[in-house]
Amino acid sequence: METDSKVKKHLISRKIDRFFIKIYKTSSFTVRYFKESFTSPHEVGEFVQQCYNIGYKSLSLITLTGFITGYVFTKQSRPSLAEFGATSWIPSLVGIAMIRALAPLVTALICAGKVGSSIGAEIGSMKVTEQIDAMEVSAVNPYKYLVVTRVTASTLMVPILMMYTGLVGLMGSFLNVATSEQTSLSTFFHNAFERITMLDITSSLIRSLAYGFTIGIVGCYKGYHTTQGTQGVGKAANAAVVASMFLIFIEEVIIVQIVNWFR
Amino acid sequence: MAEQNSNSTQRPVVIEVKNLYKSFNDNHVLKGVDLELRKGENLVVLGRSGTGKSVLIKILSGLLKEDSGTAIVLGKSVSSLSELELRELRQKIGFSFQNSALYDSMTVKQNLEFPLIRNVRHLSRKEINLRIEDVLDAVGLLQSLKQMPAELSGGQRKRIGIARTLILQPEIMLYDEPTAGLDPITCIEINNLINEVKERFHTSSIVITHDLTCAKTTGDRVSMLLDGHFVRTGTFEEVFSSNDERIKSFYDYNFIN
Repeated sequence: METDSKVKKHLISRKIDRFFIKIYKTSSFTVRYFKESFTSPHEVGEFVQQCYNIGYKSLSLITLTGFITGYVFTKQSRPSLAEFGATSWIPSLVGIAMIRALAPLVTALICAGKVGSSIGAEIGSMKVTEQIDAMEVSAVNPYKYLVVTRVTASTLMVPILMMYTGLVGLMGSFLNVATSEQTSLSTFFHNAFERITMLDITSSLIRSLAYGFTIGIVGCYKGYHTTQGTQGVGKAANAAVVASMFLIFIEEVIIVQIVNWFR
Repeated sequence: MAEQNSNSTQRPVVIEVKNLYKSFNDNHVLKGVDLELRKGENLVVLGRSGTGKSVLIKILSGLLKEDSGTAIVLGKSVSSLSELELRELRQKIGFSFQNSALYDSMTVKQNLEFPLIRNVRHLSRKEINLRIEDVLDAVGLLQSLKQMPAELSGGQRKRIGIARTLILQPEIMLYDEPTAGLDPITCIEINNLINEVKERFHTSSIVITHDLTCAKTTGDRVSMLLDGHFVRTGTFEEVFSSNDERIKSFYDYNFIN
């Protein structure tokens, strides 16, 4: 009789086996997303609901963070630029900083905290209360309903939120500039976008798409593989945030390197 | 009784389990289980907690995979089915969870609609509402349509859980500890409901329980699962007329304590 204990002999060592099993599980979970995304039926209603949850419900936090980032960045840059009599460069400096680096990264980190933890906790609690099993036995595909909708919504909403953060950040910067010198909003925006190229905007959008996908897939994966009851739900939410932030920074380094080859 | 038994053996087998083994690491839960469920009968699987009763029905519904042996449901070997085939089979199996597993972000109506609109696509809104009313009427909770699961009592949640499984008009019902955590009166109501479901929807059922009252009330046959094996199967009286000390002590513990 072949039982589990006989089958599950370790190939290399317990830890290394576990590491490769984890990589295999993560990869197949991700590959399944692409497979399920293109097969019908599509959960359109749930997708729209998730866009609302991820996009609209993050607006207040994104507005506050983006505005303060733009305002503080301008305030901190002013003394250094003033030393060289280059305060007129502030709009272009802030424009480049916001579009190239700050808006994608700030948005991604805020979403990793807010959206990633919420997805991890929600799916995790559904897992431990057998709601996902209940979907399975009702002949409903829980992956399609829970994972595909959330990952797609997150992938689409994070770039939109990124553009909004950039805009709000520039508004914050303008407020700081307007209190020190006389300038109009249109002049400020004209100067801010003067040195921004299509490549800057495209690379920010691509990075945000990657961050959005990462936040969604990591949150769903951690939630979907929750164990150990309510304690596990907390762990899943926490792990979703930590893992997605870690991956976002790695992606940032890689994508920036690639984009710099095209500059 | 003999006539009833001969009638039941003439009915077709809807679930057949042969030499089923399942372990979790070094914990060998099922050690060569054999079981048969015939059309239209309620089979109660009795046993202490941790003996693998729930594991057995999770294997039957494809939620877990056996280590070896076969689980054949409605003529199909569950573990050899593709995802699509398994989904088709699951439309014919109702699974009532121990903790009801209602979708807590949805109302009762949405809970019932959820599997229906995803599996039976040609139904009009009127037909969906009629089907929902029919199953809610069957479980006696027509008034709970707009309530959230958090607003329901334990017994009501069990009933809605059963209604949700009935909405797809299954041929087989699998009840996982239907009376666990309920007061004695609600237990009686749930036991009666299990019998009503069998009569009204012509289902065949496996009831997993450690509650002897539930076993006696709902079971046409009872199978006693001990140490990973079925040690005795028959009517309630036949099983508990056994001289096996383990069965006797199970009976005494339930009825004396």
